[in-house]
Amino acid sequence: MLRSILKPFQVVSARVRSMNYVTRRILGMFPTLFFISIIVFVIIDLPPGDIVTSRLDRMEAQGVEASPEYVRNLRARYDLDKPLYLQYLFWIGKFVTGDLGYSFFYSKPVNELVWERLGYTLLITVAALFFTWIVALPFGIYSAVKQYSIGDYFITVVALVGLATPNFLLALLVMYFSSEYFGVSIGGLFSVEYRDEVWSLDKVMDMLFRLWIPASVVGMGGTAVTMRLLRANLLDELNKPYVVTARAKGVKPLKLILKYPLRIAINPFISTVGLLLPTLISGEAIVSVVLNLPTTGRMLLDALLAQDMYLAGSFLMLLAILTVVGMLISDLILAWSDPRIRYE
Amino acid sequence: MTDNVLEIRDLGVEFKTDTGTTNALRGVNFDVPRGKVTAIVGESGSGKSVTANCIMRLIQRPGRITSGSILFNPTSTESFDIVALPDKDSLIYELRGGLISMVFQEPMTALSPVHKVGDQVSEAILCHRNVSKAEAWEEAAEMLNHVGIEDVSRRINMYPFEFSGGMRQRVVIATALVCHPEVLICDEPTTALDVTIQAEILTLIKRLQTELNNSILFITHDIGVVAQISDYVVVMYQGRVLEIGSTHQVLKDPKHPYTQGLLAAIPGIAPPDQRLSTISDVVGDIDITTAYPLTTLSDGRKVSLPQEALRKFSIRRTSETL
Repeated sequence: MLRSILKPFQVVSARVRSMNYVTRRILGMFPTLFFISIIVFVIIDLPPGDIVTSRLDRMEAQGVEASPEYVRNLRARYDLDKPLYLQYLFWIGKFVTGDLGYSFFYSKPVNELVWERLGYTLLITVAALFFTWIVALPFGIYSAVKQYSIGDYFITVVALVGLATPNFLLALLVMYFSSEYFGVSIGGLFSVEYRDEVWSLDKVMDMLFRLWIPASVVGMGGTAVTMRLLRANLLDELNKPYVVTARAKGVKPLKLILKYPLRIAINPFISTVGLLLPTLISGEAIVSVVLNLPTTGRMLLDALLAQDMYLAGSFLMLLAILTVVGMLISDLILAWSDPRIRYE
Repeated sequence: MTDNVLEIRDLGVEFKTDTGTTNALRGVNFDVPRGKVTAIVGESGSGKSVTANCIMRLIQRPGRITSGSILFNPTSTESFDIVALPDKDSLIYELRGGLISMVFQEPMTALSPVHKVGDQVSEAILCHRNVSKAEAWEEAAEMLNHVGIEDVSRRINMYPFEFSGGMRQRVVIATALVCHPEVLICDEPTTALDVTIQAEILTLIKRLQTELNNSILFITHDIGVVAQISDYVVVMYQGRVLEIGSTHQVLKDPKHPYTQGLLAAIPGIAPPDQRLSTISDVVGDIDITTAYPLTTLSDGRKVSLPQEALRKFSIRRTSETL
């Protein structure tokens, strides 16, 4: 009697509990991002000099002498004469309202510079992530199920070579072979004829066709790691009692592996998708220089070298937000897939 | 002519490892009579579980069935040899969970932590019968109710980690019985449970056996459990069968020195204030490792003993009956 009265409340409380989890995780992002923003700002400011000194250096190289007055004005214009904490407050205050500041180096608002590149970075990163999973999943499973077979050894060797090859080297190799033997240049994200075109279906198709090269180059190392870890995780699970129970129920081999041990073995990966993002993004930075991709990598590097603090800071902050959001998404997927986490 | 649901003959299993070959079973022979409870007793490593896994064809590399046959008679008219089935034969999948099913030792780990109880129970139905998911869940709920789980409509949507050990074992039993198998193999189903729950589960298994009238192969190392539940006893040691008989025969008047040793080592039976006998105390110098063939005695039981010891027994038995 009492139980039947309480029943609707119990259902509601379960839902409230999982809502609590989501809210808690989302609120937890903000302190993280706050600390990241401080670290980003301080690190950008750490090297001696600032954007003004690097501009003066360039002027000096051209033989132009800048008056101390001019320098002071320049500093004042960019708030560089204020103490660091004030500079930070100005920057972060504008950042949260969507004003990312002004790039001294490009003489353009940062907003005009970052978004397109960030979009391409995200595109390549997500494509690399898909590549990782599409390749790592079947080969990882095969490797574990057929442990110590010839196929397993072959996959292991390929994975270790892939792991040991730096991204940029792979990018160079791919570029060399494709132009030497196939006569195609694979640099850039678009074919020459589409590069300056406006967006059209053909341009999108062209991009998707070329996308898999940077995606596979960027995703290579992660694929190798994922494959090896999946193999190890799966081997741990394959002979667990619950798998034997399912086998004794008469479940067919393929369904058995996909439904039971893989479900458990894959959990660590769901939680590390978020961790994979920063590696993919930083790996992408060097590859983008080699493959001449219109992504953040090149510009971020230049901005850091020129101490273009608003541009560099905004870039790093946006990448940090992407990563933190990525972690949030992977945590939520994990909670969805594993009831033990949801019910904690 | 007795009606046996399983007839195991000369079953041999070996495990090949880097350090050498282990012969887990060396010529196991026994029958499982239809509609009865047959217990296999023996110490760790005697081959009890391996025998069960052979019947389900669950032996995996590096293990291999090297010899023998397991004749399975689902009805008294049809029969086939389980050992002779090819590895991926569809009959094996039909067999597992459909005709023969198994209850495992560890209810805490025998269920998947990320699938709902209802999913895991109904899966057994979906593997063997062509019914809709909703129908399978309904039948699963019925079976869960049958094994003594209350408030099924709520509990069926819960996960195993929200259940206690005893409840989980009930779920495992429901999963095993939901397809109404001919044979239920219980591989030490109560070892991981505390004593009160153990008694409950045993009563449940016994009750379901009388209701469903199936045959049970009950593996245990607990003689007390044997006395409580089984009709027949098979004593195993080092991958062989040493003695077979009715529970009464074997427990009251064991013929094989090893069985005598096993019984003497039970704390409750041994005289108080005395060191418990070990098996080797009782067995002494008698050779129990050599494989002697099983010989049927006049009262129907079988023992594996050398000729001279056997002659002594037979003579005594014949003189008694005369």
